[in-house]
Amino acid sequence: MIGDDLRGIFYVALKDMRAYYLKPPNISWGLLFPGALILAFAIRTPGDMRTLAPGLVAMAALFSATSMEAIVITFEQRVGALERLLLAPLTLPAMLAGKVLGGVLFGLLIGGAVLVSVIAGFGLEGWRLGPALAALLLATTAFSALGAFVSVAVQEVFEAQTLANFIRFPMIFLCGVFVPLAELPPALQLLARALPLTYSVEALHAALLGPLSWQMALDLGALLAFALLLFALAVVILRRRMD
Amino acid sequence: MAESIPAIEVTGLTKRYGPLQTGLLAVDHADFEVQRGEVFGFLGPNGAGKTTTIRMLTGLTRPTDGQARVLGLDLSRYLPRIKKQVGVVPENSNLYDELSARDNLIFMGQLYGVPRRDRGPRADELLHRFRLWERRDTRFARLSRGMKRALMVAAALVHRPRLLFLDEPTVGLDVVSARSLRALIEGLREEGVTVFLTTHYLEEADRLCDRVALIVQGRIVALDTVEGLKARVRRGATVKMRLASSSGEELRCFHGEDVEVALRLALAHAESEGQQIMAVNTLQPTLEDAFIELTGLRAEVMRTEKGGR
Repeated sequence: MIGDDLRGIFYVALKDMRAYYLKPPNISWGLLFPGALILAFAIRTPGDMRTLAPGLVAMAALFSATSMEAIVITFEQRVGALERLLLAPLTLPAMLAGKVLGGVLFGLLIGGAVLVSVIAGFGLEGWRLGPALAALLLATTAFSALGAFVSVAVQEVFEAQTLANFIRFPMIFLCGVFVPLAELPPALQLLARALPLTYSVEALHAALLGPLSWQMALDLGALLAFALLLFALAVVILRRRMD
Repeated sequence: MAESIPAIEVTGLTKRYGPLQTGLLAVDHADFEVQRGEVFGFLGPNGAGKTTTIRMLTGLTRPTDGQARVLGLDLSRYLPRIKKQVGVVPENSNLYDELSARDNLIFMGQLYGVPRRDRGPRADELLHRFRLWERRDTRFARLSRGMKRALMVAAALVHRPRLLFLDEPTVGLDVVSARSLRALIEGLREEGVTVFLTTHYLEEADRLCDRVALIVQGRIVALDTVEGLKARVRRGATVKMRLASSSGEELRCFHGEDVEVALRLALAHAESEGQQIMAVNTLQPTLEDAFIELTGLRAEVMRTEKGGR
């Protein structure tokens, strides 16, 4: 049974990559979006852009891991293709894990491209790629689980996009990239601590610019916890809808 | 021994959507068995509980109450093992638009654990059998409705299931596609595949099914062979005659308690009116007659639904 689930997770993700993610418009959008972000930051802050690197990577991962996934799951849910997967010898959590894995792979692809670009472009040390990839992996997993949670909570594609933006944009402004966390009012600091992007930016900051510390390990732990919690919520919601 | 165990055994199967006491009762304590190798029809109007029953038997939704065994295995305990031996053709086309016909079949083979070396040949065999070979590289979205339906059946057969659920397989198909699909279903019966077929086309059930359950508002109101159901409404006999006289031809029906009585009435009428008998037919009850008699519904309810033919 576990073998069936593992096989199913792999092939569901592979099918989603072929059928949806690896289409030229998605890849070009995935690369253009962070490119536009870099340009915007460069115009706003022409000085040392290295401090913006963690935020750029984290935001590229956030948008690439959530955007398409929310569309894929909601669309397949609406046309019954999601049910088709559940007719196969595959449990509901495994089916959803396959969907999340698709988002993670696409997030890693786009986020990884941005990560390599900022390491090369900003002259960062090469050894930082390893810890940064670990942070990126956990960040995209948390974001992809967020995408799954958002898409099973709604019925239509446009609703998924609206709900995703409702969560993503406040995260961007509260994650510490635009305004340092310490300078936010206490209530907003508390809110920022409840959002996965904040931990992604902190972990990537440590990996790319700072010394590796226990704080980074805590950030990675928080991202893992977000991923598990959001995934569990998505499973519960989808199971209820099926019944 | 295993072959003597029914393909499906259902006891008190119930599904209620919404609150336990006041929610919609979609299936109400259904009891039935489907024998191995038979084509079993589940016949009823829209909303009767046909699709909900299939959804429960394939694990898509959990029953509120009751038990079900599929291929001898308890549905609540062995769902993954059951799924490996069962194929399902849902009512709506839900294969993957972006994948080609062949890639959809390969993907199904991957999900069901068909060995890698067998996937391609099995997909090709099914494409030939369902006359889709020429369209193997066409995206699912671009196939005609009949081709989509045929590919859905092919996709459900990739892993060689022993039991096939077909939910309204010919809804929305043109006459030629529907006929072709029915021939395929008949072919499956010959291969020993058990078929559980839901339909609201009375003539389709009449032609394909060994036994039929009539379901109305979630309750099974009758279950028998097609002939058995017809026999239940066989009250007397009807003889239809084409009669000719100097004023022209006419068709007349004569009813009696059996064929002999009805025929005597017909002959007496022809003689008294001085008419010539041109043709004589005895009319048998149809499944439609049985449906009307046993469900209290009008056959038009079934015909006018889902673009009925």
